[in-house]
Amino acid sequence: MSETHAITVEKVLPYPPERIWRTLTRSDLIAKWLMPNDFEPVVGYRFTFKTKPMGDWDGIVHCEVLQCDPPSMLRYSWKGGADSNPEYGSRLNSEVTWTLTKVEGGTRLKMVHDGFVLPGNRFAYEAMAPGWGKVMDGIARVTAEATVSSQASGTTAA
Amino acid sequence: MTTAAQLTSVMKTLADPTRRAVFERIAGEREIAATSLVKGTKVSQPAVSQHLRALRDAGLVMERREGRHIYYRPAPQGLAPLIDWLSHYQAFWNERFDNLERLLKEEGDE
Repeated sequence: MSETHAITVEKVLPYPPERIWRTLTRSDLIAKWLMPNDFEPVVGYRFTFKTKPMGDWDGIVHCEVLQCDPPSMLRYSWKGGADSNPEYGSRLNSEVTWTLTKVEGGTRLKMVHDGFVLPGNRFAYEAMAPGWGKVMDGIARVTAEATVSSQASGTTAA
Repeated sequence: MTTAAQLTSVMKTLADPTRRAVFERIAGEREIAATSLVKGTKVSQPAVSQHLRALRDAGLVMERREGRHIYYRPAPQGLAPLIDWLSHYQAFWNERFDNLERLLKEEGDE
């Protein structure tokens, strides 16, 4: 029994969905805020993100477009690491989903990075008093702080 | 600071279902005698000992000897490599979101 954990970031941005969609799907724009890439908004298209090599990992993220519904939903696989790295990198066989929802004053942009496989069940983590439970709180707090810091532009909590 | 090797070690150690069950049992207690761990399972005593050694080597449990008995308790920082791994990605996405916002704002100013 394993459990997967997802990382979520969600914000309301004061721009129309089409505008945000462009920054999420145009290769040259993606490179400006995320990583160098050869993305194309076509389902089944395989592409890579390139980042600095880390340890045994060559820094290449292997991806495939799984869903592409402009301007509301984009989903791609995210496989960290290379075949040459059977350890750290290949552990991350995950998916990234972007959801854009038109709201008053802009767009709610939500990113879910799912597929962090944790060995065992969460009970074990919570049972360790100074361990997991606290960390989940920490992650929630970091997310909340990121949310609060951009409230001037109309952000709401998830 | 967690290294990839530490993360891999924790992951590998907990990948074995029997060993993970032993770990979860210990994690649910303040401290438990090795003999009690053996009683509660169908796993043989030597096998349990081997799992305990692996858990100890990976820094997941701590051992205390008292006379002929050995007691185990969860190591407070045992799961830190996993936690660092997740925190790393959380921080990564928070930063990228900020970049994205900045880019949208700059484009709007042009």
